[in-house]
Amino acid sequence: MDFWRVPLDADTIQVSLGIVHILEDRCKGCGYCIEYCPKQALELSTKFNQKGYHPPVVVKPEECVNCHYCEIICPEFAIFSVESPPITEPGRAGTHPNSAIKVR
Amino acid sequence: MKPAVLTGEYFMTGDVACAEGALAAGCRFFGGYPITPATEIAERMALRLSHVDGCFIQMEDEIGAMAAVLGASWGGVKSMTATSGPGFSLMMENIGLGICTETPCVVVNVQRGGPSTGLPTHGAQSDMMQARWGSHGHYEIIALAPSSPQEIFYLTITAFNLSEKYRLPVLIMTDEIVGHMSEKVIIPEAKLIEIVSRPRPKGRKDRFKPFAPGPNGVAPMPAAGEGYNLHITGLTHDEKGYPVMAVETQTEMMARITEKIQRNLDDIIRTDDFLLDDAEIVVVSYGVSARTSMAAVAEARKLGIKAGLFRLVTIWPFPEDQIRKLADRVKGFVTVEINLGQIHREVERCAGGKVPIFLVGHPGGTIIHPDSVVNLLKEAF
Amino acid sequence: MQEIPKPSNKQPCHPLDDLIRTDRIPHIWCPGCGIGTVFSSCLAALKGSGINLRKTVMVSGIGCSGRAAGYVNLDSFHTTHGRAIPFATGLKLANPELNIVVFSGDGDLFAIGGNHFIHAARRNMDMTVICVNNLNYGMTGGQVAATTPYLAKSTTTPVGNPETPFNLPLMAYACGATYVARWTMLHIRDLTDSITEAIGKKGFSFIEALSPCPVNYGRRNKQKPLEMLKVYQEKAIIKNDADPSTLDIDFEKGIILGKFVDVDRPTFIEHYDKIYRPSRLQESVPGLNS
Repeated sequence: MDFWRVPLDADTIQVSLGIVHILEDRCKGCGYCIEYCPKQALELSTKFNQKGYHPPVVVKPEECVNCHYCEIICPEFAIFSVESPPITEPGRAGTHPNSAIKVR
Repeated sequence: MKPAVLTGEYFMTGDVACAEGALAAGCRFFGGYPITPATEIAERMALRLSHVDGCFIQMEDEIGAMAAVLGASWGGVKSMTATSGPGFSLMMENIGLGICTETPCVVVNVQRGGPSTGLPTHGAQSDMMQARWGSHGHYEIIALAPSSPQEIFYLTITAFNLSEKYRLPVLIMTDEIVGHMSEKVIIPEAKLIEIVSRPRPKGRKDRFKPFAPGPNGVAPMPAAGEGYNLHITGLTHDEKGYPVMAVETQTEMMARITEKIQRNLDDIIRTDDFLLDDAEIVVVSYGVSARTSMAAVAEARKLGIKAGLFRLVTIWPFPEDQIRKLADRVKGFVTVEINLGQIHREVERCAGGKVPIFLVGHPGGTIIHPDSVVNLLKEAF
Repeated sequence: MQEIPKPSNKQPCHPLDDLIRTDRIPHIWCPGCGIGTVFSSCLAALKGSGINLRKTVMVSGIGCSGRAAGYVNLDSFHTTHGRAIPFATGLKLANPELNIVVFSGDGDLFAIGGNHFIHAARRNMDMTVICVNNLNYGMTGGQVAATTPYLAKSTTTPVGNPETPFNLPLMAYACGATYVARWTMLHIRDLTDSITEAIGKKGFSFIEALSPCPVNYGRRNKQKPLEMLKVYQEKAIIKNDADPSTLDIDFEKGIILGKFVDVDRPTFIEHYDKIYRPSRLQESVPGLNS
């Protein structure tokens, strides 16, 4: 996460982090999850599922904050997020396990 | 609370006797709508259901009434409604839903002159074919025709028992004359009344299939709220209850719906007879017309005509075998009914052209006088 | 750096999988259809509300929305067109412990089923009615409905609808519903909260959920599903306690959403018990004269 000024409690605030699971064969390619993910973490994939639709693919897994919006807007029960354990190391609070904190 | 079975001797109308029979059979829900001449059944139930911790509701129309009856049955309660011709027509779609979902319930049609608004305050027997085929699609139905207030009391109990045993709506096809006449009705003690309830499921709930037939062709029936996660639909469905739009599923479902009746005709069909053993001419009749026919048969015997009465108690399923057997040994049939020939066609069909068949019918509005039957017997035979 | 745990090779379980008949998924609703979202929201509400799911029954009518009963893993009844509400009435009266959710569409509930709706609301029958309003009869190919906007195209109004639509919350309010709300399938959290409130509340609750119908209404009226969601986002005005008579849907001026009615009245069963079966009345009920 880029900070212009590091918040004073950056060490202690824990942004929730999530892992997205996609049940590809249920997807009908409506695109709502892609459109409404607040972190733009999803995109339409080029692969086809069993019914010939393009399911989403997680392109920015480190951005997922487990907001569940994809899960609740999906009409097909095809996508959901689960919480991934937050980092509690001092100095690395607020980061996704797969990225480093960047400060300008 | 007052007893459901009002043991004693009464002078009551057919409508009231019907309501009392329902209560004796265990009916605890009535969803209805006023219509002459069946309103008195609703009125009696509105009062008496509160005595037995049951529930009465007057719905906004007959369609809602029939839907509520089906819902109550799936809620685990024996339920019924009562109507006449115009309401019967409105209920047809939901009667079909009851047949397709195999829902036990009782529908009383106190017939009046039709078609359309017709003669609201005069009796007829002209909904008999509608009772058989009124709803769309092909199916089997059970319909009973009582001839007196006393018989209505017992046949209502029979109707509930058959509907619970075979899981379908059972019709009571009475008429305004029997519904509104007052006669002696003896209500026996509760312990003498046999009551049958729907077969209950056994075994694991998660493996239960709501439409998998038992040994007599009928599936056990749980109620909503018991943890069976039922899915009940009017769409063609398989044994799990899931809708499947395939010819095979339709064939299997239709077999379930029809064969449970067709294979149990001995248990379902009920008839009565009067002077039939040595009869040469058989008068076929039902309901109030059977009473006038009885008088006519007695009169005809005095005139030397060997007439006998074959009274249908179950109109549907129609006692085809018995008519066919009679057709082999008698000289003719006379159908007596207050319409222009409905059950008459069934008698004709089953007699197979072996002997002449006459109709003493009437478009509706009054009983068939015994004299008209006697006159026909004299002229024809 | 920690490894992101990969999902296991076994098909992962959606959190609502225990409430859906997974052997019938994928369901029949079209890509982009909002019914699936409203249905999902309803299931999330059922789960989160804490009510006894064993005693919870879903009743539906005929139509696309009516198919929801076939997918929920509870006691469910898919009844005749328009007759979900009286069927649910019978169920509730036979077993007052049941929690009834009626999940159906605008055509089923308000055209053919209109009479039953107004009387159940008048009686304050204890049930929650969720109406997915997609502005047409979707299942049969997109015919005009009682909720189709003026001048809209449908297969039976090919040159434009000459009729004006119902204002559903106003109708529910006028008939006596004790809880009336309207949301869209985009406002899922609000919708879930509303359904949770409605289920937990006794009396006749009504929730209208607007949804796109991409294949029928949307196609004929040049409304792509994502565009409709943008319209819902931009034109929605959330105004709780708005006067129901101001709630006509106007896609240009704005669609008013919110919870409009939330009152308490004794239910039909409470009145009936008071008068006919006093032994059943457990405690005193506010509003019932003692």
